[in-house]
Amino acid sequence: MEKMSRVTTALGGSVLTGRTMHCHLDAPANAISVCRDAAQVVVAGRSIFKIYAIEEEQFVEKLNLRVGRKPSLNLSCADVVWHQMDENLLATAATNGVVVTWNLGRPSRNKQDQLFTEHKRTVNKVCFHPTEAHVLLSGSQDGFMKCFDLRRKDSVSTFSGQSESVRDVQFSVRDYFTFASTFENGNVQLWDIRRPDRCERMFTAHNGPVFCCDWHPEDRGWLATGGRDKMVKVWDMTTHRAKEMHCVQTIASVARVKWRPECRHHLATCSMMVDHNIYVWDVRRPFVPAAMFEEHRDVTTGIAWRHPHDPSFLLSGSKDSSLCQHLFRDASQPVERANPEGLCYGLFGDLAFAAKESLVAAESGRKPYTGDRRHPIFFKRKLDPAEPFAGLASSALSVFETEPGGGGMRWFVDTAERYALAGRPLAELCDHNAKVARELGRNQVAQTWTMLRIIYCSPGLVPTANLNHSVGKGGSCGLPLMNSFNLKDMAPGLGSEARLDRSKGDARSDTVLLDSSATLITNEDNEETEGSDVPADYLLGDVEGEEDELYLLDPEHAHPEEPECVLPQEAFPLRHEIVDTPPGPEHLQDKADSPHVSGSEADVASLAPVDSSFSLLSVSHALYDSRLPPDFFSVLVRDMLHFYAEQGDVQMAVSVLIILGERVRKDIDEQTQEHWYTSYIDLLQRFRLWNVSNEVVKLSTSRAVSCLNQASTTLHVNCSHCKRPMSSRGWVCDRCHRCASMCAVCHHVVKGLFVWCQGCSHGGHLQHIMKWLEGSSHCPAGCGHLCEYS
Amino acid sequence: MRLATVANEAYTAPLAVSELLGCKQCGGGRDHDEELGIRIPRPLGQGPSRFIPEKEILQVGSEDAQMHALFADSFAALGRLDNITLVMVFHPQYLESFLKTQHYLLQMDGPLPLHYRHYIGIMAAARHQCSYLVNLHVNDFLHVGGDPKWLNGLENAPQKLQNLGELNKVLAHRPWLITKEHIEGLLKAEEHSWSLAELVHAVVLLTHYHSLASFTFGCGISPEIHCDGGHTFRPPSVSNYCICDITNGNHSVDEMPVNSAENVSVSDSFFEVEALMEKMRQLQECRDEEEASQEEMASRFEIEKRESMFVFSSDDDEVTPARDVSRHFEDTSYGYKDFSRHGMHVPTFRVQDYCWEDHGYSLVNRLYPDVGQLIDEKFHIAYNLTYNTMAMHKDVDTSMLRRAIWNYIHCMFGIRYDDYDYGEINQLLDRSFKVYIKTVVCTPEKVTKRMYESFWRQFKHSEKVHVNLLLIEARMQAELLYALRAITRYMT
Repeated sequence: MEKMSRVTTALGGSVLTGRTMHCHLDAPANAISVCRDAAQVVVAGRSIFKIYAIEEEQFVEKLNLRVGRKPSLNLSCADVVWHQMDENLLATAATNGVVVTWNLGRPSRNKQDQLFTEHKRTVNKVCFHPTEAHVLLSGSQDGFMKCFDLRRKDSVSTFSGQSESVRDVQFSVRDYFTFASTFENGNVQLWDIRRPDRCERMFTAHNGPVFCCDWHPEDRGWLATGGRDKMVKVWDMTTHRAKEMHCVQTIASVARVKWRPECRHHLATCSMMVDHNIYVWDVRRPFVPAAMFEEHRDVTTGIAWRHPHDPSFLLSGSKDSSLCQHLFRDASQPVERANPEGLCYGLFGDLAFAAKESLVAAESGRKPYTGDRRHPIFFKRKLDPAEPFAGLASSALSVFETEPGGGGMRWFVDTAERYALAGRPLAELCDHNAKVARELGRNQVAQTWTMLRIIYCSPGLVPTANLNHSVGKGGSCGLPLMNSFNLKDMAPGLGSEARLDRSKGDARSDTVLLDSSATLITNEDNEETEGSDVPADYLLGDVEGEEDELYLLDPEHAHPEEPECVLPQEAFPLRHEIVDTPPGPEHLQDKADSPHVSGSEADVASLAPVDSSFSLLSVSHALYDSRLPPDFFSVLVRDMLHFYAEQGDVQMAVSVLIILGERVRKDIDEQTQEHWYTSYIDLLQRFRLWNVSNEVVKLSTSRAVSCLNQASTTLHVNCSHCKRPMSSRGWVCDRCHRCASMCAVCHHVVKGLFVWCQGCSHGGHLQHIMKWLEGSSHCPAGCGHLCEYS
Repeated sequence: MRLATVANEAYTAPLAVSELLGCKQCGGGRDHDEELGIRIPRPLGQGPSRFIPEKEILQVGSEDAQMHALFADSFAALGRLDNITLVMVFHPQYLESFLKTQHYLLQMDGPLPLHYRHYIGIMAAARHQCSYLVNLHVNDFLHVGGDPKWLNGLENAPQKLQNLGELNKVLAHRPWLITKEHIEGLLKAEEHSWSLAELVHAVVLLTHYHSLASFTFGCGISPEIHCDGGHTFRPPSVSNYCICDITNGNHSVDEMPVNSAENVSVSDSFFEVEALMEKMRQLQECRDEEEASQEEMASRFEIEKRESMFVFSSDDDEVTPARDVSRHFEDTSYGYKDFSRHGMHVPTFRVQDYCWEDHGYSLVNRLYPDVGQLIDEKFHIAYNLTYNTMAMHKDVDTSMLRRAIWNYIHCMFGIRYDDYDYGEINQLLDRSFKVYIKTVVCTPEKVTKRMYESFWRQFKHSEKVHVNLLLIEARMQAELLYALRAITRYMT
């Protein structure tokens, strides 16, 4: 211990300088090790064994230890280590199982000192004792660890790992007699060098091989291990049982791990496969590496901190045949690139939002907007000043709740459950869905369905509507020319739809012009006129009329601020354009500022006027000239779908997509469709509408979506005899060795759908039972029960 | 009307003839018309293996609890208890891992659709003309809804699968030639390209079925009763003699000459075992003393590698595949080619630079989760499996022998272990054994019963099956190593 500190103080005087640099080696490196003077590094590999001097600007080759005429496997190094006490002493582990020591002080060209050929298989690791000059430890694939005294010709003691391959051996820095060894089966053993008969302690650290370990330079008993299971674990060995203190999950198997000097919680890792970077982790922040070095083009095979008391210089060797010096200040810091904002919906429309504290504070001036209807709740995590990235990663979490009464998503569930998506002619589907939407008070949606029906189905009855009347009306309201033209155009077409609600428009125009508080009354009027079926033939009226119904059915939307917002999204707002537009922009702004979120599409439509005026135009054309092919509208329908999706009503987009099928599919690119499908399915699943979601999956034409219900189709069942879960197969019980479900018709085991009678509990293959019950009403098992299949 | 009847008769007559003369095994027979009435098939072979007498093999019904569970698993997973399972059950520990892996590869979550998996199995087995596996998987393929048209040949399969044909070919016969260009070609083929995960799945399937084909031939697995060649409609009195039995040397019924041969050589083979054990003892003891020089060690590997090319059975004549599976290959001429026979030099693959445990496993597990673990377990069990017996001797440490076999196979594929003295192989494996190993691993379709019987004559059948397990796992690992190294190189 004393020696050690003396050495370091002696070295502490000189200040290390240098820059990030690399040099090309002739061959891939397997391991590197640094001399205690921090000015030289040795690189070893299958066909390279050289010492480089680390200078200010570059690496300079100082010595090539691979001498001799013929290449020998003794020089094919799996590992190399430089003695931390003696500058002239090195040891290498050869792939053929030989341990070689090298004495740089030898006068001859060949510096090879001693050869230990005791291991039968590849030696994976060699390690010098940190304070003892002559003690060398090796760990080999043959399952043995051997301790050599360099003054003797063969090993002093042999430690057996019970024929499990040893991947790493490391002397403890603090405890003179202790060393740790790691094994291919995931175990870590602690040995006392004086007791070769049995290990002091053994525990399973990883799942699969443990490739490396490293003792903490200061904290007694801290051991970091890295394994093939992609984890780095920090163990506290001072307690009675080895305790896992930290665990870092990396993205690839961990080949090397080295504690960073002078930084208690930092360690560097590199990977054996796939990932070429070197990471420096703060073990308390296991998700984002503190620093990252990305210089290498192939896997890094060896890392070493240049000086045991300098945390800023890291050396590394790689399979890409290069040797690198990394400077900590040049490292890339993933934290800087990380996005510390997070956003998540709760099931009931709550929204949680986490952002950098500074950002939230800056926006606090706008809080009044959020205060009235939705209630933001702010959380702030208590910060530990000692923790890393404190400045970078502190964030505030805000939760916005939807108003309990605002019940948000009920319409979504209802719609999803009641929509018909297939199995009937297009016209019927559209009508059905329009009806559903209307009943739920979603008039714009209902209108859209009606329009789709008109566009894609033959117009059917076209009543000769009162052209003059509408024009006259329009004129009387002072509509611009354009609008009146539209009206004229569509007059013959709107037909049955229009006729139903003809009179509403009158009432409606009043309503809007007056005040929304009058809605309820006018609405009642509407109902009456509708029933009486007076041929008032005001064409545009129907839409606005329905708008009123919305308020009736959906009272929570009747906020005074809202009608103006809702109005524009109606399909036929043109007549009131002049009236409606002025309050629009103001209101828009309000909307944008208030951070409320709600699924109900009524809140969100601000683009509606533009869009619906388009659709109006199209309808009128279609009906004016019914020879136009439906393709003519596909662009508009596509826009419409996009519009709904943009609004957040992906339900509508997907439903229309499914129902129209080939008619529109080609106009919308695959990815968008897939995106819609997946988001709708996701929503459905959040609301636990499994049947609907499966139907959507089934009806979807996108390959990526329709294969969704092909994956993870495992169903867990219990045995009907012993009530235990049948783990391996669904139809044979492991415990009582009986087939749990036999078909009463064919007497075979049922592996798929099993249907059974709840009366007599006999059953079998769905098809078989169905077929059986067609011909007979008695149970196929012959129990005499009269089974029913519905 | 009359004409038609005559024509009918004219057609049926040759049918009946071919019925008598034809052989199911070589596809000589024809399907039976309804008019011939229902006929009851009889099993053709004698038990699950042509090489192992039926009485040596465990009878279904007499198994212990563990084996019973395994049978149940196998039956539940495959819907049958195939002959491979019945032979492998000599080693239940391995069988369990084998079935688990196979089940996962074929039926559990994975990037490839089910019918693709079976089709790849068919492709792989067809490379070795293994009609047994092809037949099994044709059934499975159709069962999971595969398109029967694909079975008319690889050119009828989707382009994506056709692209895999080249890799299949190289992997089966000369895996050391796989380069990252092969991988790149598969991954970047526009709309027919494979994803990395799919490719790894495919590679695992290919290697699995290449090696399983080795096992099928190596243990002389008999065709299943429901497959072509597994049954006969001929009355038992008619001799089972068929031309294809001769060419393959598989005399399934006439055991007389074999028995006499055994009688003659009983004393010989007894000494063989003794000699082998003596050699193992010697190697164990005097390993340290006769320390070979480095050059010596290196040259021993080269010698072994070179020699492995010449240990071919003398009857090297090409058996042209007369079975319908031949439609699956494009060029039959592309077979196993030895390393330097044609002056081709292949750099040695150093296992210390790319090994399964460190590199292959990580890659597979990354791209096809859980499978790496399953295969890893299977390799471990196969490599470490031992009962500490050798023929009539008990308590023998066979690790040296097992390692010699394993490394010899890898040596044939050019894979070298730095820490192994290849001189040991020469000491432990005699020529007839080498011939058998070489044939099973490289050209399994040429294995004959004579080869099976001529090595290790005194050893039990279970031990010979054990050898086969080592062979197929070592082969699978070798192919996987080359394929995965190419993928790794592509990725970096």
